[in-house]
Amino acid sequence: MSWAGPTELGRGRRIDPRRLLALVAVLLVGMSVVRVVTGANDLTSSGTFGAALRLAVPILLAGLGGLYAERTGVVNIGLEGMMILGTWFGAWGGVEFGPWWGVVLGVAGGALGALIHAVASVTFGVNQIVSGVAINIIAAGVARFLSVIAFTGHGGGATQSPQVSAALPRFTMPFLAGGGLLGWDTPDLFGWLERRHWFLVGDLAGLLGGITRNLSVLTVLTILLVPATFVFLWRTRLGLRMRSAGENPWAAESLGVRVERVKYLGVVISGALAGLAGAFLVFEAAGIYREGQTGGRGFIGLAAMIFGNWRPTGVAAAASLFGYADALNLRSNAAIHALLLFIGAALLVLGAWYLWRRRFAGAAIALGVGVLMLVWYAVTDTVAREFIFITPYVATLLVLTVASQRLRPPAADGVPYRRGQQTS
Amino acid sequence: MSRWRIRLLWLLVPFSAIALAFLVSSIALLAIGASPPAAFRSMLQYGVRPTSLVSMVNRAVPLYVAGLAVAIGFKMNLFNIGVEGQYRIGALLSAAVGAAVALPPVLHIALIMLVAIVVGAAWAGIAGVLKVKRGVHEVVATIMLNFIATGLGAYLLANYLRKPRVGSELLIATRPIPASGQLPPLLVTGGEDLRSFVLIAAVLGVLVYVLVWRTRFGYDLRASGVNPTAAQASGVDPNRMIVTTMLLSGAIAGLIGMSDLFGYFHAYTLDFPTGLGFDGIAVALVGLNHPAGIAVAAMLFGWVDRAAQILDLEGVPKEVIVITKGVIILSVVVAYEVVRRLVQVAEVKAAAEETRRLEREKEAVAA
Repeated sequence: MSWAGPTELGRGRRIDPRRLLALVAVLLVGMSVVRVVTGANDLTSSGTFGAALRLAVPILLAGLGGLYAERTGVVNIGLEGMMILGTWFGAWGGVEFGPWWGVVLGVAGGALGALIHAVASVTFGVNQIVSGVAINIIAAGVARFLSVIAFTGHGGGATQSPQVSAALPRFTMPFLAGGGLLGWDTPDLFGWLERRHWFLVGDLAGLLGGITRNLSVLTVLTILLVPATFVFLWRTRLGLRMRSAGENPWAAESLGVRVERVKYLGVVISGALAGLAGAFLVFEAAGIYREGQTGGRGFIGLAAMIFGNWRPTGVAAAASLFGYADALNLRSNAAIHALLLFIGAALLVLGAWYLWRRRFAGAAIALGVGVLMLVWYAVTDTVAREFIFITPYVATLLVLTVASQRLRPPAADGVPYRRGQQTS
Repeated sequence: MSRWRIRLLWLLVPFSAIALAFLVSSIALLAIGASPPAAFRSMLQYGVRPTSLVSMVNRAVPLYVAGLAVAIGFKMNLFNIGVEGQYRIGALLSAAVGAAVALPPVLHIALIMLVAIVVGAAWAGIAGVLKVKRGVHEVVATIMLNFIATGLGAYLLANYLRKPRVGSELLIATRPIPASGQLPPLLVTGGEDLRSFVLIAAVLGVLVYVLVWRTRFGYDLRASGVNPTAAQASGVDPNRMIVTTMLLSGAIAGLIGMSDLFGYFHAYTLDFPTGLGFDGIAVALVGLNHPAGIAVAAMLFGWVDRAAQILDLEGVPKEVIVITKGVIILSVVVAYEVVRRLVQVAEVKAAAEETRRLEREKEAVAA
């Protein structure tokens, strides 16, 4: 079983950092034009980018979690449940022992859920999707059950914890974004530039200001996890072994890799990251555990992993995109509406490119949808929230539909493994 | 191992899973200082009251339909995780259509069910077509479609299908379905009435049984599930089977909400039970994907749901049963896998013995 049908052999296409940078630059120029035309300053304000980063972090953590599990060949539908365990144990730890213990216990809670998944799917070889679904159900029940025991009568209840007051340290870049240095307030260069609203410069300052101002320590940690994951999985021996278990476990076994152990490791890391995402939600987003707080972010993380082609940079890009959509939704409907203009125009450019390359089917789709977006922009003033809610899911389905030939999931992703018994 | 012993071994699967689930629940109960025997006894006492039994059946019916929807996919190795979304969007649109038309009683019911079937099938069909045409795995597609159904349903309900608000009423619901589109209760009791949809669900179960076990199509379906390559070699078009099975599964999933719609809410509201699609997975697994087994499993789940209501009065959080359910799913698949391996070992051993016996005979003849 693999997620996305027929795949190319060999290595997936690498994303060239220069091309990625060029793409970001083009996007920013386009958005800058749209901002100036429509006057929707929130499109590129530092507040929007800051919120986007905050909202992207749990998605990114879940996506990276999914990456670790699936790179070792174990599909993890249970990310959502592991994140729920992360929120509960994070909040409980936060209430009982303080925020740092909260983070540690949140991570441990997620890892514990993952351990159950590993026992069922690796040791007993049961269907990984069934096991994941069971973890999701059990986690929701456990969180509710434990809340009744631990929080009722202590300032919380069956569906929420008491307030988790003590916060984790935060960080703002000195000189560039106005962070303090040795008790001095340094100037806020990005903020000053942003308030000028100059074409492109203001937008760039918004972007840079948003991602350097008032960051939680967990956010910084999560951003660092992206290159760390790449180095670990693609540049270390253990990482190679883990990936080999996801590509061809029997070949790996014949070379002396302890496939089961490596799969356990991948799954437990996966759950730990989902647990961290849960703890982040408690300490950075809500200050409290609340039932249903994860809101499907485990599944969005799974979507981000697929969207990102099972690679850390791809997952990060997808999570940023989904986080940005969420942030605009929170901050300004006018900006979302302006975004329609941007997407419509971008699709027209893409359609023209396809025409130039004589790919008429793609051109027709891009031009058609682009025109629809522009019409939508012209005849409405707002965009319903529900449409933003479904954006990540629609985007993932579209990517799978249009580009599934280009996606390269691990070859033995989801294939049950038993030592010495090759099944595929 | 004889065939009967193997069958017995398979039957052990659900029972050992349920036993394990009760063990884990007992541990959870002990952990909070409650007495498991006392809790189970009060559940049993409360659970065998006539109103409880009626409630059990009412709760079991949607679970049963959900189990059928999941099982028909499982029979050919398709994992329809999107039953939840198909059920919700089917219930919403059929309730809206049902409220918008006036028809004679039986026709009205039939139309509402038809809409639910078509909508559910169409929603699942997207995943089927994507799998066949674009190679998108049905699990991913149906997960995404679940969320899209949630968002789209909320949008349609809030903007187009919502009943005009009366006064300060907060309920978000579609317009009520007139009496011709409601089913009278089968049995009126002092407490909860027995809903008539149970009869339709029973017919549905028989239909599924006949279709899957007694027709050419069903044979192809099961063959594709056991060995797709062999099925294809014998002339079964795998792509067509995938799309058809997804359509069937979605069509059944569309009917999950009908019992509540016809017999209780008479409109689609946000109070429709959630998670039925996922509970359906549990019921299908415990029922070993057979309509009769699914019926027993659905009754069991319905009963546990109902009987647990008493626990809150005893000072035990009834959420313990959610853990019970989750553990049942997990242990049923583990037990299934263990039995599969045991049977495999036994078969290999039997084959080896057979070969040895034949060789001895050959030698005897040669001598």
